[in-house]
Amino acid sequence: MAEDQKLGGTVVAQIQTQSEPPEPINKFNASPEVESRFKSLASELRCLVCQNQSLADSHAGLAEDLKLKVYQQIATGKSDAEIKSYMVERYGEFILYKPSFSNSNAVLWIGPFVILLIAIVVARSWLKANAIKAKTQTAPAPTAANAELEKLYQQTKR
Amino acid sequence: MKHWRIVLPLLVLAVLAVFLAEGLTRDPRKLPSARVGKPAPEFALQDLSKPDGPLRTPAQMKGRVWLLNVFASWCGACVTEHPRLLSLSKSGYIPIVGLAYKDDMSATRDWLKEHGGDPYLFVAVDRDGSVGIEYGVYGVPETYVIDAEGIIRHRHVGPVDMEFMEKHVKPLLVQASNGGRVGGGS
Repeated sequence: MAEDQKLGGTVVAQIQTQSEPPEPINKFNASPEVESRFKSLASELRCLVCQNQSLADSHAGLAEDLKLKVYQQIATGKSDAEIKSYMVERYGEFILYKPSFSNSNAVLWIGPFVILLIAIVVARSWLKANAIKAKTQTAPAPTAANAELEKLYQQTKR
Repeated sequence: MKHWRIVLPLLVLAVLAVFLAEGLTRDPRKLPSARVGKPAPEFALQDLSKPDGPLRTPAQMKGRVWLLNVFASWCGACVTEHPRLLSLSKSGYIPIVGLAYKDDMSATRDWLKEHGGDPYLFVAVDRDGSVGIEYGVYGVPETYVIDAEGIIRHRHVGPVDMEFMEKHVKPLLVQASNGGRVGGGS
């Protein structure tokens, strides 16, 4: 996790020395907002090689390349949404840790709420039915005349 | 009425089991490509055998069904794949274009020499891997099946095999030799 802290400065500097043509990313330390945008984007994008890590956590070759892409796009004034859609266009929704809502995954987004709703409706109707049953059972007060009958009834119920 | 209390949970369990079985048999490392069904991204890259010659582009393959094989000298699985590509190339079944991904040109050349030859029509040199990113490459080897119109029809992750050829290459070639795009397979 200490790696995270280094991300902003060192890692990008490393990428810079690796790629041949020196990229104009030395101004990285210039603005803290850019750095925080970079960090949050990198942590929202999945490393495709090591799938349970975000780009921010990963030092895989491809993750470094994609971080560089993210950085370059921030530098050229792209919005977060534009950068994410750039990644999705190439690598699919899978690259987003929080997939956006679309027709193909609507079931996954809405499904749980639908099931919850059904559960509530079913539970309520059961409770209601039980309440009515209970009421009708307790309604006739046992008189001396039908006490015998009541006793029988209680026995059969068990 | 009472039997529903037994049947319903069993039914729910059965549905759940089907979904879980599907999930378990899937290889999470094989990702679907976002580029399938879309035009192959353009590139203009150096030719490995003629670095000073004209740049290589996908447009040069228009009108043919072809494979774009992403490989590298540093890639282990490529060694397994290479003989298959060589025999495929020898058969003349389908043209194979190489994309040397994040590799040193001389290293690529040496590797090809060491492993039995060059199966590629040409090798485009993607030195910094930027073309790889355009295609959505996330591992090597990867192979893209591109049709005569330049549309990516399939992406295969890992060494190519017979199943890949039968399922994803043959139908396209048959279709192409029938002279049209009538009835596209999926």
